[in-house]
Amino acid sequence: MAIEPQAGTQQPTWSGVLHRVLVANEVRLVTYVPDNVLKPLLAAVHGDPFFDAFCVTREEEGLGIICGAWMGGMRGVLMMQTSGFATLPNVLASLPTAFQIPALMIVSERGTLGEFNYGQALVCKTMRPVLDSLAIEHHTCTRLDELEFVADRTIKQAVATQAPACLILSPLLTGGKVLKA
Amino acid sequence: MTSPANTSSTRHGSNTTPLNRFEITKRMVEKLTRGEAVIGGIGNSNFDLWCSGQRPENFYMLGSMGLAIPIALGVALAQPNRRVIALEGDGSLLMQLGCLSTVAIRAPKNLTIVVMDNGIYQITGSQQTATAAAVDLVAVARASGLSESHWAADEADFDTLFAAAQERRAPSLIALRIDDKPAVGQTERDPNRIRDQFMRGIGAKGNPARS
Repeated sequence: MAIEPQAGTQQPTWSGVLHRVLVANEVRLVTYVPDNVLKPLLAAVHGDPFFDAFCVTREEEGLGIICGAWMGGMRGVLMMQTSGFATLPNVLASLPTAFQIPALMIVSERGTLGEFNYGQALVCKTMRPVLDSLAIEHHTCTRLDELEFVADRTIKQAVATQAPACLILSPLLTGGKVLKA
Repeated sequence: MTSPANTSSTRHGSNTTPLNRFEITKRMVEKLTRGEAVIGGIGNSNFDLWCSGQRPENFYMLGSMGLAIPIALGVALAQPNRRVIALEGDGSLLMQLGCLSTVAIRAPKNLTIVVMDNGIYQITGSQQTATAAAVDLVAVARASGLSESHWAADEADFDTLFAAAQERRAPSLIALRIDDKPAVGQTERDPNRIRDQFMRGIGAKGNPARS
């Protein structure tokens, strides 16, 4: 799949690609707990009237909202960072997994490749084991040229199999967050 | 420490009479004629909704304590022309108070929250919740931005508040002081059946049962 340059820029961006994939897959509802790395994607969905995007107070709450929306016929995504994902296991097990709801999650990965906060580095270690232990499909996105394929196919599989799924955005893709000297 | 008995008459105003969860749920469900979606929170609020008659537009949440209101908000956003009702208990709401501010800010026109407050975690052995001693959930809701938040003084008052909420083009919250009785039965715990029936019941899957 060719990646077209984003309007107004010379080069495609990861946020531009994800924005386009969400639109193409009719994922209209965006709930999120803010994250610095996600800023360009959050700005993109807020700036596009296609989306109903709003901030929630906890990741659990955002997951509940997109699960309700799915049951009402509207696709949604929850965006957060690694430490926010770590608050979710009970809800993941008892709501989207148990009820077979294709809750889509996008996680900006903290805790690796230059992390400066020890707590983030530790909690990051729990993320993939939690996803694996609940058999939740997840992909770590590291390359811009693969992003559209991975994101698009992940959403389509989640919907077709009625299963939650998680896209992890690696610092290799986004640049991550580094300690300013 | 103040005993709950001394504070219970004042914490919700002086005229509240404890109601029964099953009776008030049944009373509420009997008023539903427009295919309203009802989301039952964890435990007894869920069980008594189940026991009030298994409408296809009911969703029975299992396990994700505190998420009845967020789930109801999601349904309300997906189907703005359908009225959606969240049934939640005091212990559950205390776990997820932030959702009240999210509802207030997003302001769906079709969402009503009904909070059953018995001041205890009834299902785990009747340990006291914070509402037994100090917290007024209607005051919390108002302070969170939900201006249409009210205590129901009795059944007739509930009827009036509920009827007004169902016509209002803004979110509403109605809280009821209830007694300490357990639910009259239990929900059949079959998540996929519950989800599938609910989605078909509100027309999100298959042929819409009702518009």
